[in-house]
Amino acid sequence: MTSALFIEQLLNGVQFGVMLFLIASGLTLVFGIMNFINLAHGSLYMTGAFAAAATQAATGSFLAAILVGMIVAAIVGLLLEQAVLRRFYGRSHLDQVLATFGLILIMNETTRILFGSTPLRMNLPGALSGSVEILPGVPYPAFRLAILAVGLLVAGALYVIIMKTRMGMWVRAGASNRAIAAAMGVNVPLVFAGLFAVGAAFAGLAGLMAGPILSVQVGMGEPILILALVVTVIGGIGSIRGAFVAALMVGVVDTFGRVLLTPALGSMVIFMLMAAILAFRPKGLFAVHG
Amino acid sequence: MADLSAAPRKTRDWIAPAVLVALLALVPPISLALDDPFLVKVAMRVVVFAIVAVALDLVVGFGGLVSLCHAGLLGVGGYVVAILAFHDFNAEPIFGLLPGTSNLAVTLPLGALTAALVAVVVGAISLRTSGPYFIMITLAFNQMFYYAAVALQKYGGEDGLQIMSAITLGPLDVSNRYRFFYVALAGLALTLLVITRMASSRFGIILRAAAANETRVVAVGVAPWAYRLVAFTVSGFFAGMAGALLAASQQFISPVDMAWDRSGDFVVMAVLGGVATVWGPVVGAAAFIVLELVLSSWSQHWHLAFGLLILMVVIFLRGGLADLAHVFRPRAAGGGHG
Repeated sequence: MTSALFIEQLLNGVQFGVMLFLIASGLTLVFGIMNFINLAHGSLYMTGAFAAAATQAATGSFLAAILVGMIVAAIVGLLLEQAVLRRFYGRSHLDQVLATFGLILIMNETTRILFGSTPLRMNLPGALSGSVEILPGVPYPAFRLAILAVGLLVAGALYVIIMKTRMGMWVRAGASNRAIAAAMGVNVPLVFAGLFAVGAAFAGLAGLMAGPILSVQVGMGEPILILALVVTVIGGIGSIRGAFVAALMVGVVDTFGRVLLTPALGSMVIFMLMAAILAFRPKGLFAVHG
Repeated sequence: MADLSAAPRKTRDWIAPAVLVALLALVPPISLALDDPFLVKVAMRVVVFAIVAVALDLVVGFGGLVSLCHAGLLGVGGYVVAILAFHDFNAEPIFGLLPGTSNLAVTLPLGALTAALVAVVVGAISLRTSGPYFIMITLAFNQMFYYAAVALQKYGGEDGLQIMSAITLGPLDVSNRYRFFYVALAGLALTLLVITRMASSRFGIILRAAAANETRVVAVGVAPWAYRLVAFTVSGFFAGMAGALLAASQQFISPVDMAWDRSGDFVVMAVLGGVATVWGPVVGAAAFIVLELVLSSWSQHWHLAFGLLILMVVIFLRGGLADLAHVFRPRAAGGGHG
């Protein structure tokens, strides 16, 4: 592997990692605060991508697509949370897995009814369609660099909000002990509903950014959901820092695994990594709960 | 979920499984009488999936551990049968040493044992974690097996592996669909027998007690880990056996049979039928497959109805279809889904 190829793949890995982080950040906080497994989180990723692709087809504007994609994902997420998911916070994990498994079927099929089975295409905005020479002789697609920048920006903003603001304090309090946080006067259901909407918007953002690279199709949410779950548990459920570290790790390992080995063997490496980490640290790298 | 009051009550508990097996045994004659081979094909799927659902129930219903890797374990059993048949057909020794075989008397136990061996390893690692971590790590293992099957380029990779040779069972030729059905049904009967025995034994009581309240079980001096590992391994054994039967019945196995949503389907089957009884998942598997057939004949968008149905069952019928029988009876105190 030449150093140019190495740098390119490393950037691909980090870019994939920040995208995973966008999805996993919502997942890990929902998981951490409500002790709730949401298998349908990947559906919000899909929702964002479809809403954005439809908007772009209608208006031709990529910026409008980004806004609509995120807003629609947030609204759908909030609706799901209020109408269905809330009923399951106090239930067993088995019930949660089943309910959200059912939701995946519902969301996928509804999307298929609305948009059909043919994958939609998203076009890159003119300014981002070229490539940038990051190092002499190493061109890199501008759009992927943009994803990288957006992902890092969101991660930075999240870090500041979660670690430095009062609202973030509520979230962290909820994640480490919901009952005590509620007793201390934190309105956990409200914080949580807001958090869910933001997490959904981030998942939608990841989906719409993946749109021009992969294709926008029904079922696109599940493979990425599984990787986001891997990120969540490797990082430690409820830990935003853990999710960031784990997302970059998974992104880079997955990318190099696919390049150095066959795609199938490369995909196995991630799950071996997860099994190995959980075997030695059963609560993930940055355990939040005890 | 772990309801000690629902502990099996001797002979009465054999009635339901015996009736279910007897009903399934009637399918081939009916299918012959109606000259409708499709019926047996459907029943075959019911039997194979019922074996996995019953095996999964030991872990999910009695052990309180939600496993999402049973499709993967099924695939292990299936691939053992298909790969051995592949080497038999091509007259090419495995690793240049052992000859392949299409004899289920060899490959069926081998498939089940291989899956059990895999389950010991998966269980030993996964059971170090608990709750949601357990669910996720078993999901990861399922994906690992899935991609491992895709990586088997020599054995068809993503396209799966066709069994070209005629499958036999000892001296018997079981390529006849009707005859093979009874082989699979015997497998289901065995599964029900073993798991009902296990569930009602001291072993089963500890398994359920640990699911209901782990702290108390530890406090009386029992470490649940070994019990859970045994349950997971036995469960893996039967999932592998089901996979071997599936591969032999459809003369084919592919990574699609091991996809993670299939693992989810198995959990749905177990819960649909009711996890509090050993036989409930048989009803669940039958209901699942019949629903799938009926709904898909109505509309290509049947997944929507199916998803809604799953959601409704989880919200309203928490004990599964088996709960319908209890709706008119006062329920025992305690228990229920934790």
